[in-house]
Amino acid sequence: MDQNFDFNAPHSMGTTIIGVTYNGGVVLGADSRTSTGVYVANRASDKITQLTDNVYVCRSGSAADSQVVSDYVRYFLHQHTIQLGQPATVKVAANLVRLLAYNNKNFLQTGLIVGGWDKYEGGQIYGVPLGGTIVQQPFAIGGSGSSYLYGFFDQAWKDGMTKDEAEELVKKAVSLAIARDGASGGVVRTVIINSEGVTRNFYPGDQLPIWHDELESHNSLLDILGAPEPMNI
Amino acid sequence: MSSIGTGYDLSVTTFSPDGRVFQIEYAAKAVDNSGTVIGIKCKDGIVLGVEKLIPSKMMLPGSNRRIHAVHRHAGMAVAGLAADGRQIVARAKSEATNYDSVYGDPIPVKELADRVASYVHLCTLYWWLRPFGCGVILGGYDRDGPQLYMVEPSGVSYRYFGAAIGKGRQAAKTEIEKLKLADMTCRQGVIEVAKIIYGVHDEAKDKDFELEMSWVCEESNRQHEKVPEELLQEAKAAAKAALEEMDAD
Repeated sequence: MDQNFDFNAPHSMGTTIIGVTYNGGVVLGADSRTSTGVYVANRASDKITQLTDNVYVCRSGSAADSQVVSDYVRYFLHQHTIQLGQPATVKVAANLVRLLAYNNKNFLQTGLIVGGWDKYEGGQIYGVPLGGTIVQQPFAIGGSGSSYLYGFFDQAWKDGMTKDEAEELVKKAVSLAIARDGASGGVVRTVIINSEGVTRNFYPGDQLPIWHDELESHNSLLDILGAPEPMNI
Repeated sequence: MSSIGTGYDLSVTTFSPDGRVFQIEYAAKAVDNSGTVIGIKCKDGIVLGVEKLIPSKMMLPGSNRRIHAVHRHAGMAVAGLAADGRQIVARAKSEATNYDSVYGDPIPVKELADRVASYVHLCTLYWWLRPFGCGVILGGYDRDGPQLYMVEPSGVSYRYFGAAIGKGRQAAKTEIEKLKLADMTCRQGVIEVAKIIYGVHDEAKDKDFELEMSWVCEESNRQHEKVPEELLQEAKAAAKAALEEMDAD
């Protein structure tokens, strides 16, 4: 039994992150587990970070690296928006992310999914995996939990979904990954971005579908054991 | 309007008592004495035209270009001191490629104009530099459609429907104002620009000239390029014919 947890190990987000385009915008989704070795440092983290009003990024890999990259990009985009006089495009945000990821590839270990909406191209998703590649995709998955989702998306993904279909897909996918990946867990967070704005949603364990004979989630063991009978003295 | 700024005009870092910087005004004179340059914004793009005065018959036609491509989607026509113009174009090209590398998108025309204007203005702030003796007309096609900007030696930059600088600018502006630009395509605009340039060229005072034109429009696939040869010839012929009509009156 491992009794010595290394609490000083770097925080990493095992993670499952997803970005999906739909007819009118994008839906970003992520789990909420941040681990330090086997210890769960934060079981309710928010891995979907804002870069501008209309662009968000899903972070995976090293928590520190992904936070620093997000912070730099948010700063550059802020200045860019002021100079441009209008909201930055998703493409520009993704490009800034990948320049940092590519030029510092020897120092960083973070996979990112940039998603957002702008008035020229509508909803877009850009994947920026470990080496600093940038690739625009109709949907992108990342993090350790994503390994279990490739087959799922091959079967379940279709073009031109509605907003609700897309969010259902993302919720389902993240919860599937959480079920199989030890480094992913906690709650499912989603962010929907379209012309009208941004909507954040939160789905705790009891609101997620259950898979393959998992126990139903309970708030307390007492719910299934029942209240103890009064003792007869 | 010729005024002598005795004593206050020796340095670009000196204001006159009535709040003018004479060195900048003198720089503008250099532009006013050069061949006319005009730009118009039609409904589907921009047309730039230059009255390129030829100092010597020994020069090869097509050399000493006054219109330069700054990026695939934007071009610049220069009036005034040619060497100064080369510097500005080089800077504009550099800004455009840098923007593309950092932001992954072609530089918006407004942003390019701002950067060129800042650069020109920079050279009016220090006594060890002299102001640029050239004005620039910038035309480009970006996400927000075709746009036309003009940058003066003072570093001021405005967006225009039609702009003219150089010798024949007054006459050119009058002609441009008569045009219904909002209804005109660039194909028609090219003919009009040629007519205007031929019209403002002063046969008596100036030597021969060569007409240089470029456009960036739907027909050119939103890329900045020289006006195609047959259209250029068509425009020149129409311009010469219009001149003869005028002379015939």
